[in-house]
Amino acid sequence: MINAAKRDIPQDVLEKSGLPLYEEVNPKLGPRETMALDERLSKKNKILPGLEEAIRQVGLKDGMTISFHHHFRDGEKIVNLVLDKIAEMGFKNISVAASSLSSVHEPMIEHIKNGVVTHIETSGLRGKLANAISHGILEDPVIFRSHGGRASAIKNGDLHIDVAFLGAASCDPYGNASGYTLDVEGDAACGSLGYAKVDAQYADKVVILTNNIVGYPNMPCAIPETQVDCIVEVESIGDPNKISSGATRFTKNPHDLLISQLAAKVIEASGYFKEGFSMQTGSGGASLAVTRFLRDMMIEKDIHASFALGGITSQIVSMHEEGLIGRILDVQSFDTVAAQSIKKNKYHCEIDANFYANPFDEGSALHQLDIVILSALEVDTDFNVNVLTGSDGVIRGAIGGHPDTAAGAALTILTAPLMRGRMPTVMKEVNTVVTPGSTIDVVVTDQGIAVNPRRPEIRERLLKARLPVTTIEELQQKAEKLAGVPEKLPFGEKVVALVTYRDGSVIDVVRNIED
Amino acid sequence: MERLRRTMLFVPGNNPGMLADAHIYGSDSVMFDLEDSVSLGEKDAARMLVYNALKTIDYGEVETVVRVNPLSTPYGAEDIKAMVAAGVQVIRMPKTETAQDVIDTEKAIEAAEIAYGREVGSTKILTAVESALGIVNAYAIATASKRIIGIALGAEDYAANLKTTRSKDGVELFYARSVIVVAARAAGIDALDTVYSNVNDTEGLIEQTKLIKQLGFDGKSIINPRQIDPIQQVYTPTTVEIEKAMRIVAAAEEAEKRGSGVVSLDGKMVDKPVYMRALRVINLAKAMNLIDED
Repeated sequence: MINAAKRDIPQDVLEKSGLPLYEEVNPKLGPRETMALDERLSKKNKILPGLEEAIRQVGLKDGMTISFHHHFRDGEKIVNLVLDKIAEMGFKNISVAASSLSSVHEPMIEHIKNGVVTHIETSGLRGKLANAISHGILEDPVIFRSHGGRASAIKNGDLHIDVAFLGAASCDPYGNASGYTLDVEGDAACGSLGYAKVDAQYADKVVILTNNIVGYPNMPCAIPETQVDCIVEVESIGDPNKISSGATRFTKNPHDLLISQLAAKVIEASGYFKEGFSMQTGSGGASLAVTRFLRDMMIEKDIHASFALGGITSQIVSMHEEGLIGRILDVQSFDTVAAQSIKKNKYHCEIDANFYANPFDEGSALHQLDIVILSALEVDTDFNVNVLTGSDGVIRGAIGGHPDTAAGAALTILTAPLMRGRMPTVMKEVNTVVTPGSTIDVVVTDQGIAVNPRRPEIRERLLKARLPVTTIEELQQKAEKLAGVPEKLPFGEKVVALVTYRDGSVIDVVRNIED
Repeated sequence: MERLRRTMLFVPGNNPGMLADAHIYGSDSVMFDLEDSVSLGEKDAARMLVYNALKTIDYGEVETVVRVNPLSTPYGAEDIKAMVAAGVQVIRMPKTETAQDVIDTEKAIEAAEIAYGREVGSTKILTAVESALGIVNAYAIATASKRIIGIALGAEDYAANLKTTRSKDGVELFYARSVIVVAARAAGIDALDTVYSNVNDTEGLIEQTKLIKQLGFDGKSIINPRQIDPIQQVYTPTTVEIEKAMRIVAAAEEAEKRGSGVVSLDGKMVDKPVYMRALRVINLAKAMNLIDED
């Protein structure tokens, strides 16, 4: 057989290989183009004229699963925008798999009532949507997944995403998308797109929504063009002031300061505070304060961390800039300073949720984590932790990376006030188990420290450092003495949510609450 | 062991949240206030609240003090009755001007102790001098009752009474502070300084604490838990000071064993005041968990 290059290819060889014969113009590719880049950018790209076209082109059908990320936090507008359009186009029975949902997603209540949304998978729920779900508005129970649990479920196919609708702070005409805009100082950026990266990698179809189409190539990027099917330009991806707030501020609350100072002393005495250690802290008031006290200790003792992991704050960035932290592994940037740092500092690395927290990968970063500081809504005498449901039994939080990091870190420290107002935080039994007590090592409260009996060596070290070590039972009793025993919550029989552990197993359920 | 009063934390008597956990911040004393921080309309409510807090909450090792209203007001006598009934450790008298003020307060306390079955004499008194007359009478006040554990300065009223204002370096308080320390030492009680009201100025607080420590004060009143650490840092003896004190005390014990009245260390004689100061350093170090009890 003579091909288009005038070469003789033996018939039997061709048949045996199963490969097609070369033609000058591949029917799928069409003839060669000689447009210059600027012309090509405008004429041949992945940008579609609107969301409706994108939804059609990716072939959305009733019953499919669509996904979103929560990097725009309370400024998020993509979920509502896409669901409104999907409802308008008449789709039903859609499963929403978001990395997290918050109070801005209240409009989803209507879509649930109208049968557009019939299933939700998320890390968190807040506000009126959470309240409606706690009251049983959704027939199918919500599936709560941790960040690591979600990433691994997406990777192994337990959570199959048909179409991912991913907001980006910038994107070029071919889909190189990012959580910030290079070359623009002070842009409305969310920084890392760590959670969205997993969706982009594994979803069947990927739609990028952006208000900021930039020149090619938008590199480095979080989501590469190879994973993107189409791009829709929208007027706004969200409220920039809520997407990223200024530098997270240091607390002056004496309660938080007391707890965080104690937590820092626990770290110092734990045996894990040594050159090259690794750490993760959250964004709550006490967590931020721990970071500051830790910084002072690191300077005083000339100790440096090899890396800081997880959600990144301005404090972590400045400690890195001071030379106290070697690398930053950022799955989510918590404030403007972190979001700006990630775009200009190559040691401030954007990692995806699998890299961060996949439980089945020895290499995932949290398995290399020495110390994590976590917070809690409730902790019980078995050290089980609830970060999901409030003292009224209503869903009002997010699992986040709580169970992931608690299990992954060598030392897990939980900080919580003994009481919040008149409600005890340390109790006999938490409303909802999110993180099992077997993965919590030390509970630091404003009225003493309790060490899990599974870690007697830690208890010894803290006692030796003259820290106020007591037992979890004593803390519980102290709280009960002040607050009394709360009345039982009016839970109904209906299961409104399944709480999954990081390995995908069901660790608890949330039942409906009756008024 | 001698009780330390480096930091005495004022807590408004009408704030339930603060009453519930005032003791967790590590101040040496908590001082629930029924006087200046409580408006006239809330006097009764605050008294009830503090009474119940004292009855309910375990304040552990932290000394409980209540600043009552003056006996000259309609609230003072009721305050004292309720606080003694609740088992408060110390009554802080406001605006003490004469020894008679102390005697009147002591009478009211004693009557309450008898009425509510408390051991007579178990309730202590902390006096607070807030006027020129109080300063003139400082020694008489400090020695007016065996219950008195300390004498404190209230600077705001005192400065107004002097017809001056507060300054950053506190020159207007210099005489009063000196008088109080001298009266306290002569009476064998604690000398306690006034509050530093700018809670955001840690540097200023540290400067002032260094000054009053040098003058001889045992500690001061504070209005925010954030002031505890800086003050206690100033009062913390250094490792060198502690080691030296331990050697002096060891030498003194050694001399006593030998039946010798003369203590010597490194070939030098140790005077009684040096020994007493060493004891005090060790006491402080123990209270701060810097060395073991034994």
